[in-house]
Amino acid sequence: MILKNKDVLGLEELSAEEILGVLEIASRFRAVFDRPVRSVPIMRGRTVVNFFHEPSTRTRISFELAEKRLSADIVNFSTATSSFSKGETLRDTAENLAAMKIDMLIIRHGSAGASHYLAKVLECSVINAGDGAHEHPTQGLLDIMTMRQRLGDLRGKKVTIIGDIAHSRVARSNIWGLKKLGAEVTLCGPPTMVPGGLAHLGVNIEFDLKKAVADADVLNVLRIQLERHSSKSFPGNREYHRMYGITEDLVRTLKPEAIVMHPGPMNRDVEISSEVADGPRQVILDQVANGVAVRMALIYLLSGGDPGALGVGQD
Amino acid sequence: MNFTEKAVIMNASEMNRAIKRMAHEIIEANKGVENLALLGVQRRGVPLARMLGDAIKSVEGTEVPQGSLDITFYRDDLSTLGPTPQVSSTEMPFDVNEKIIILVDDVLYTGRTVRAALDVIMDWGRPEAIRLAVLVDRGHRELPIRPDFVGKNVPTSLREIIKVKVMDFDEKEEVVVGEVDGK
Repeated sequence: MILKNKDVLGLEELSAEEILGVLEIASRFRAVFDRPVRSVPIMRGRTVVNFFHEPSTRTRISFELAEKRLSADIVNFSTATSSFSKGETLRDTAENLAAMKIDMLIIRHGSAGASHYLAKVLECSVINAGDGAHEHPTQGLLDIMTMRQRLGDLRGKKVTIIGDIAHSRVARSNIWGLKKLGAEVTLCGPPTMVPGGLAHLGVNIEFDLKKAVADADVLNVLRIQLERHSSKSFPGNREYHRMYGITEDLVRTLKPEAIVMHPGPMNRDVEISSEVADGPRQVILDQVANGVAVRMALIYLLSGGDPGALGVGQD
Repeated sequence: MNFTEKAVIMNASEMNRAIKRMAHEIIEANKGVENLALLGVQRRGVPLARMLGDAIKSVEGTEVPQGSLDITFYRDDLSTLGPTPQVSSTEMPFDVNEKIIILVDDVLYTGRTVRAALDVIMDWGRPEAIRLAVLVDRGHRELPIRPDFVGKNVPTSLREIIKVKVMDFDEKEEVVVGEVDGK
């Protein structure tokens, strides 16, 4: 089995072998996108539920496309239109779903640990599509896949994550995954957004952006979640851009092969300038395409079930 | 789980003679090589398709386009897949529309691989025809599928396993029959 558990809740729980195994399968699914028919029938008759308890466009569409390209049956629901607005608890909603016999639950939730809780309660597989500020494993995997496409083996490679680390599940999944694959991770951002306690994860912390990116191979630029903390953590968008924005001037000082990543959606000219966002270093749309492939790989692998039932593969 | 070899049923020269004969049969049935394309099923169908292609070329002097097919995502046994699904790649370096596709695999058994392979091809386009070439037909079909070109018919029991060895993966060419024990 490539994946040992029935669920994928975070990169903290995955081993380096599991991560590389998933990415290998994901690269096969990537190849399917270039064909006239972009779906395969392997998940026919399986039901996947996308349960989004927080607004999401990109991740939800990406999961939905991944499921459709595997020919799974899909049920979508989000909080606004569900009984959540009538006061039903998370557990009750999930158990009702399970009673209707589903094969997999994809959950996005505002509270850290929501997916872990459901994974314990439910028999079906659970994939965490982002839980609070905790983890966003599929984003971590697609980031790592994109880095490996450009840089090959990540051992010894230097990745700098810039922005609101404190509130970022993307950062945490990146840190766990990258450390396991032997990359060196540096966190950078305003001190209000980079908690010093994260150093115990084995990462460097650097508040000076120029120093943080000087010999970096990857700049992973996080979204400033303007809606989450308007004026508490930094004085204003313009000041943030001046201190921590990724600008053309900064990019010119980077190593020639260094790449710039962004999980989206971008705030242009806040955390990243438009020139960089459209420039030759960015791999943002590769990230988006890889996202579908990574999600297909996880859903496919978690559905594999019963190990060792097949003898010498001959038919 | 141990595989015990019981007998060699084709050695290297017998394998090569069978492939040459199949190449002639393919050319004859098709009245030439026009519109023909060879498609090997991963993994051992791929080197066999190449050997067939070489044999056709030595007779007709024309290179027949070749591709490979991975059927993993088209299987009907997702819940019983092995511990590590071996996923390889599909290479379709030609347009399948209007082609006469010769699907090549090493062993024909239940027919389920061929069923999946047909679906893969259909997702790439609409060939004029698909023919099936296998080195060994061991019987026990579970689907209404029959080969058009066969290297050797080998009646087997359900407990037996046929292994086709090719240079690419096994460093020798032969076909052996054996049994699996200690399952």
